[in-house]
Amino acid sequence: MKSSIADYTSPTYFDTELKFKTKARGVIPKGITLAAVLVIVLILSIILGNIVLNGIGVISLDFLTQPPQNGMEEGGIFPAIFGTVMLVLLMTIAVIPIGVLTAIYLHEYTRPDSFVTRIIRLAINNLAGVPSIVFGLFGLGFFIGFIGNGIDVLFSEPGRPAWGQPAIIWASLTLSILTLPVVIVSTEEALRTIPRELKEASYALGATKLQTIWKIIVPQALPGILTGGILAISRGAGEVAPIMFTGAAYYLPYLPSKLNDQFMELGYHIFVMATQAPDVEKTKPILYGTVLVLLVLTFLLNFLAIYIRSKMRMRVRND
Amino acid sequence: MSFKPKSRIKEFLGEKIIAITAFSALLAIILIFAFIFKESLPIFYDAEIQEEASLNKMTFKQEYIEGRDPKWSWQPNSDIPKYSLLPLFIGTLKAALVAMLFAIPLGVGAAIYSAEFASRRMREMIKPVIELLAGIPSVVLGFFALIVLATFLQDFFNFTYRLNAVNAGIALGIAVIPIIFTMAEDAMTSVPQSLRDAALALGASPWQVSLTVVLPTALPGIAAGIVLGFGRAIGETMIVLMASGNAAIISGSITDSIRTISATIAAELAEVVFGSAHYNVIFFLGTILFIFTFIVNMGGELVLRRLKERFQGKII
Repeated sequence: MKSSIADYTSPTYFDTELKFKTKARGVIPKGITLAAVLVIVLILSIILGNIVLNGIGVISLDFLTQPPQNGMEEGGIFPAIFGTVMLVLLMTIAVIPIGVLTAIYLHEYTRPDSFVTRIIRLAINNLAGVPSIVFGLFGLGFFIGFIGNGIDVLFSEPGRPAWGQPAIIWASLTLSILTLPVVIVSTEEALRTIPRELKEASYALGATKLQTIWKIIVPQALPGILTGGILAISRGAGEVAPIMFTGAAYYLPYLPSKLNDQFMELGYHIFVMATQAPDVEKTKPILYGTVLVLLVLTFLLNFLAIYIRSKMRMRVRND
Repeated sequence: MSFKPKSRIKEFLGEKIIAITAFSALLAIILIFAFIFKESLPIFYDAEIQEEASLNKMTFKQEYIEGRDPKWSWQPNSDIPKYSLLPLFIGTLKAALVAMLFAIPLGVGAAIYSAEFASRRMREMIKPVIELLAGIPSVVLGFFALIVLATFLQDFFNFTYRLNAVNAGIALGIAVIPIIFTMAEDAMTSVPQSLRDAALALGASPWQVSLTVVLPTALPGIAAGIVLGFGRAIGETMIVLMASGNAAIISGSITDSIRTISATIAAELAEVVFGSAHYNVIFFLGTILFIFTFIVNMGGELVLRRLKERFQGKII
């Protein structure tokens, strides 16, 4: 076994025969690692192929616009689509301002090696690694148990809790904490691409720091903020564990219309149909259709984010 | 112009608001720990809760019925509630180990190919594949493992239990591949060009440079990716909840059904009585998950920072 560079530089190593062997042997590591790539491509193709082939036949206008019927064995998934859209919309409203302001603070107000920056960064990285089920527990304990019950104690009639129970507002706030790192990281990336001259020009014209941030930096960082928002939505739309106890419902005969209503959601709908349906064979077509809708939704959002980001990177290169 | 006294107050307030908001991530981490740990506290002091679930009872073999052999058992809903954590730990580890056995060769292998052997065009094609894989929601992977993969594996290997650690582990592995790939590829592409040039100048062929210079140098980064992937595999919920069979069994076989910590939380929290021993134990499981992933993240972070410093020449 040759272990150091010196082994390869001994005089005999440059024999033509040996040189040929060396080159030939290079095929082996290249082949093995290429095989790994091909296996991954194969896995992805099987998953996507299976879902598209089985799901495409179910998709119709009725499927997308009708509520489930007959114990989810017939009908559509409109309430789940509606609930998902409402959920991520509320989540976005909560997470974008916090994420963007955090990124601005880290990038514009503090030095990168200061204690404050490091501790906030540490928190962001750890937040990104917390298991999603732990967010579910947190949402239940904090938003429903602490905030929701707190509101009930102060404002609701005794015995008729209005907020201390699973609801779309608590689910979306839980998701907004889960997706906070996504927005921060994406915004920061955008802030790094803004040329310093722009800021300097703004200061030179007499603008204050806040004016510069508001009028120059935020508009310039908009593509990055948008990317972060889209990635957060894509991530949020696919998460089930955090919303299981904080607001998602098996089945609801009505659409959520108030912040403290429960809601149906695509991912949770998939979970319920796949594991709780009395006859899985009968719900299977609708199940596949729902999976396809969720998959198309998340992939479209991801592609959009990648597209905007690559445009943004091109802008930097052109400067 | 704009230097009205009013704008100075605005400036001051603006900065303070931004600064306060910036601490929300830190606040979130602290609140998450505080609120989950708070709900598991009675285990440590409440005598009534401890009757059912003390640290001792959760850790060691218990003689639940007099005369019978003491055993570890997770049966929170039986007449005599049993809260041994060991079956859950074993289940979690089994699934995560299968996931790592599946994901490490594929993730690291593909990363080596992408960083060292692939042409530029090839690399541009591999990237979206990994991004697509990373974009699949875990509930979809769980669904796939439950409906398609489980049937395929059972037909192929004749497993006794259709849903088992192998099935859940492979699906988990698919979720972990993008993490390992991304970190490993990052680590290898950030190896300084000067190192490669030096090895090439000494007469090594390009693939020898890759395997004997780049790979060992990037090893800490690859290891960090593997550790973070392991953390994800331990904490991932929907896949194991749907595809593992959810039976809390103690066994050494990976073809038995398993019940993981995360799946236990997800499956049992909905039906648990608020404030009961069972409720507290579930939050205790959440605390364990939180602390574990926290340590894993800190470890991975530390390794990455040291690696970065070494590449910049600060540590040799």
